[in-house]
Amino acid sequence: MQPIRKYLSSVWQALFGDPVRAFGVVSLILLLALAIAPAKEHFSQWHSYQRKYLALIHDRGDAISLRRRFVPGIHQIWLPELGVVDRCTTCHLGLKEASLADVGPQPFRKHPVVPHSLDSFGCVICHGGQGQATTVAEAHHSERAGEEPILPTRYIESGCGQCHQNFLPGTPQLNLGRTMLTRYGCVHCHAITRPDGSKVEATDHPPSLAHIADKTTREWIFSWLKDPQAYAASTTMPNYKLSDGDASDLSAYLVSSSKPQAGDSAAPSAKPTTAADPAAGPSLYGESFCASCHAVQNAAGNLVGGDLGPELTRIGNKAKPEWLAAWLENPRVYDSTTPMPRYRFTPQQTATLVAFLQAKSDSDYGSGVHLDAPSPQQIAHGRKLIVELGCAACHEINGVQKPENFAPDLSTIGSKPLAQIVFLPGMEHSLPSYVAAKIRQPRAFGSSVKMPQFTLTSSQTDALTTALLALTARGRSMPDNLRVAAVPETNYQPAGHAGKLIAELACFSCHRFNGRGGDMAPDLTWEGSSVQRQWLVDFLHNPNTLRPSLIRRMPRFNLSDSDNKELTDYVLTVYQSPAIDADLASAATNSADAVEHGRQLFYSKYACQACHIVDTKADKGYIGPTLTQVGSRLTPGWVYTWLKNPQALRPGTTEPNQNLSDEDAHAVTAFLMSLKGSGGRGAK
Amino acid sequence: MITRLTAQTTFRVSAAFAILSFAMLAGCKHSPPTNAGLKPTAQGTALVESSGGHQVGSTGTALKDPLVVQVNDDQGSAVPGALVEFHGLAGVSFDPAAVLTDSSGQATTTVTMGTIAGRYQLNAVTPGKFKPESLDIVETALDYQQRVGFILADKYCSRCHDPESSPQRVSNYDNLEVKPHPFSEGNTLNKMSDADLTSIILHGGPALNRSALMPPYGNTLSASDVKALIAYTRAVSDPPYQPPGTVYERK
Repeated sequence: MQPIRKYLSSVWQALFGDPVRAFGVVSLILLLALAIAPAKEHFSQWHSYQRKYLALIHDRGDAISLRRRFVPGIHQIWLPELGVVDRCTTCHLGLKEASLADVGPQPFRKHPVVPHSLDSFGCVICHGGQGQATTVAEAHHSERAGEEPILPTRYIESGCGQCHQNFLPGTPQLNLGRTMLTRYGCVHCHAITRPDGSKVEATDHPPSLAHIADKTTREWIFSWLKDPQAYAASTTMPNYKLSDGDASDLSAYLVSSSKPQAGDSAAPSAKPTTAADPAAGPSLYGESFCASCHAVQNAAGNLVGGDLGPELTRIGNKAKPEWLAAWLENPRVYDSTTPMPRYRFTPQQTATLVAFLQAKSDSDYGSGVHLDAPSPQQIAHGRKLIVELGCAACHEINGVQKPENFAPDLSTIGSKPLAQIVFLPGMEHSLPSYVAAKIRQPRAFGSSVKMPQFTLTSSQTDALTTALLALTARGRSMPDNLRVAAVPETNYQPAGHAGKLIAELACFSCHRFNGRGGDMAPDLTWEGSSVQRQWLVDFLHNPNTLRPSLIRRMPRFNLSDSDNKELTDYVLTVYQSPAIDADLASAATNSADAVEHGRQLFYSKYACQACHIVDTKADKGYIGPTLTQVGSRLTPGWVYTWLKNPQALRPGTTEPNQNLSDEDAHAVTAFLMSLKGSGGRGAK
Repeated sequence: MITRLTAQTTFRVSAAFAILSFAMLAGCKHSPPTNAGLKPTAQGTALVESSGGHQVGSTGTALKDPLVVQVNDDQGSAVPGALVEFHGLAGVSFDPAAVLTDSSGQATTTVTMGTIAGRYQLNAVTPGKFKPESLDIVETALDYQQRVGFILADKYCSRCHDPESSPQRVSNYDNLEVKPHPFSEGNTLNKMSDADLTSIILHGGPALNRSALMPPYGNTLSASDVKALIAYTRAVSDPPYQPPGTVYERK
């Protein structure tokens, strides 16, 4: 004790023994204390980045102007309206410097050109991360409560999707992901509400299973449930990884609950009289353009055909022939909302097609399946499974209610706090990796997870992840004026007998009218002002192709003369554009001079032959429709208005607006209207 | 969203230097070899590209088609079971980064591009019977603006400017009396300034005394559309486009 006390008092004496000495020591301590803050700043990470930046620009030719724009210290983008406090530009100093585009990776490289400016949106709205942080670790990688690491570049389009609910041409991945959310049945189970309160609606068409026993056998249902992709590689039905017993019980319930549908099997009296013509099968399938919507796997294993309807590679294994005949006769008997048109085949044609489709079968498929007659317990177990797995969320099933909120709501999945997530061992602790893993292998997260296994390519998984990450809390708190709403489909419904015909022919599956319908074929909203009566009558009787390079084509529906007239009258009366001035037609002086002047303009000044064919011998343009008979197809008013501004009539059309003067447009119209073609000769 | 460049994009040594000046800047961090557990059963004497080269993708995303290379022996026939490792610059990743060739002698991998737009030189290596065999592969990553340009070109331009034709999308190139320049034709397009390209897009071929078969798009495309189109053209040009002005490289 004594020596320590002695030592302390000698130290005290040495430091504060007399006032001068004490004053000196206290000053020194004060000086050191004052130096802490500047030293901390000097050795801070952002300061060292600013020094590196100065060293980088030092040798460049535009160093003087770069240095003039450089401001030392912490930079901050503050946008109270958006809740943005971003200090990223403290280190990322070259983002706005055009001349730094050749610098290596960040932090000093110029930001690539994007539609929004840095000053009005900041950084974290698109990139995520912590805007306020001033160290790399905190800004980029923080996982603390409520914080989120920055978004990997592969999902960057999700940033756009927070505000842009509509289709954006520059974000293909986001668009694909959004289409998949509605096409792969995600929103049947998971509710997604957009920031404006509208719901994301499914666009797929899961078939009703209320009459399934009319269509197929229990054995097929069993094989299908075991592995849907083994039957049709392109199906969106996921794999529920069912055991044999479960699949058997499920199929037992579906078959036992199925009620026969009147008209679901062709009248037996008609059958013996109509024999199938096996030789005509392939050509009838081709002529009816079934392949525009249905795909078939070819010998090389590639799918050939459209994806609007189900794949038909093994349809013979699935569909009962009598059901198939009734379906081809009138698909709306079995399914009132199907996108499949009613073709009005003759009984002979129906028989031929049925035989052709029945031959599309795989003898190996489901050959080993033998199911014993089910016991009532098995049927009851099948129903229990259907309720547990949520089959009725997609399919209509007798005796099972459509479940509400079957799976978690995903409206703000993009802001799910990391603390709420149970990560798998070895997984990167970030939301994107969790979402992607959940899509890729949902059952890996525990045996109690009901979500089935989807068959997706890695780019599809990335796209879905992007669309889901766009559903953030920030997107909901954005000011309304910054949000771009999705354009919903209208519920337009044509009226009267023609309306019924349009529904029966499923015109909406391919064509668009007044903001509703498909995009495979032209928008027909203004068709009535566009075409001439006789041409439309002929076309509906026998559609010949207008664009030689297209492979998806309009089928022939075998309409009766009265139905044809009904449809033609309706189209010509209702689908009229207010932009077309009918008087222009008569104003166009169709003198030989005007026609000749128009021809010269067509071939030389405007070089329309680059894309269109007028003279089948000389012209080769292959992009726009063939114009050999345009004078008997289109109305002069439409042609004139189209030439003046094609995009005004059909937004997004490829033909450029060449800004024709009134005189030129009149002359070219006169020339085009003189092209009457040679009767009904199609340009096939 | 991704297309193949025209076939004639042969590899040039001069291009190799311009390709990715950030090769060096990135510090040449190669992806770590992950061939642990792979036991090659054979070795070849040559490595050739089968498919998946010269693709155009987006920064940070996987290329649409897988990259496939083939290991051959000195007879020129395929060697199954040989080890192939893929390397790229920092930011490029391969899934898998090392793989054994399949029964047809082919090694397949999915390439995810780095975060910087530009031309990437990738590298595949197989140990080989006598010495390691190496193969260079070139892929391109587009940034946002270039990708917008690609989408616009696909809609408005490629039907005439891209001579490659498929049943789904028949090219109009052969039908034109005056042949348009494919966008990858750097020898011609690199000599044209941005102002020239802008004016030919806005006002059509006659603006530069060229064919009227090229129509004017000034009333159809916006100014930012045209900029995007030019950015895309520059990105896919072969030999690579060198912007005017001094180029600085960091030591």
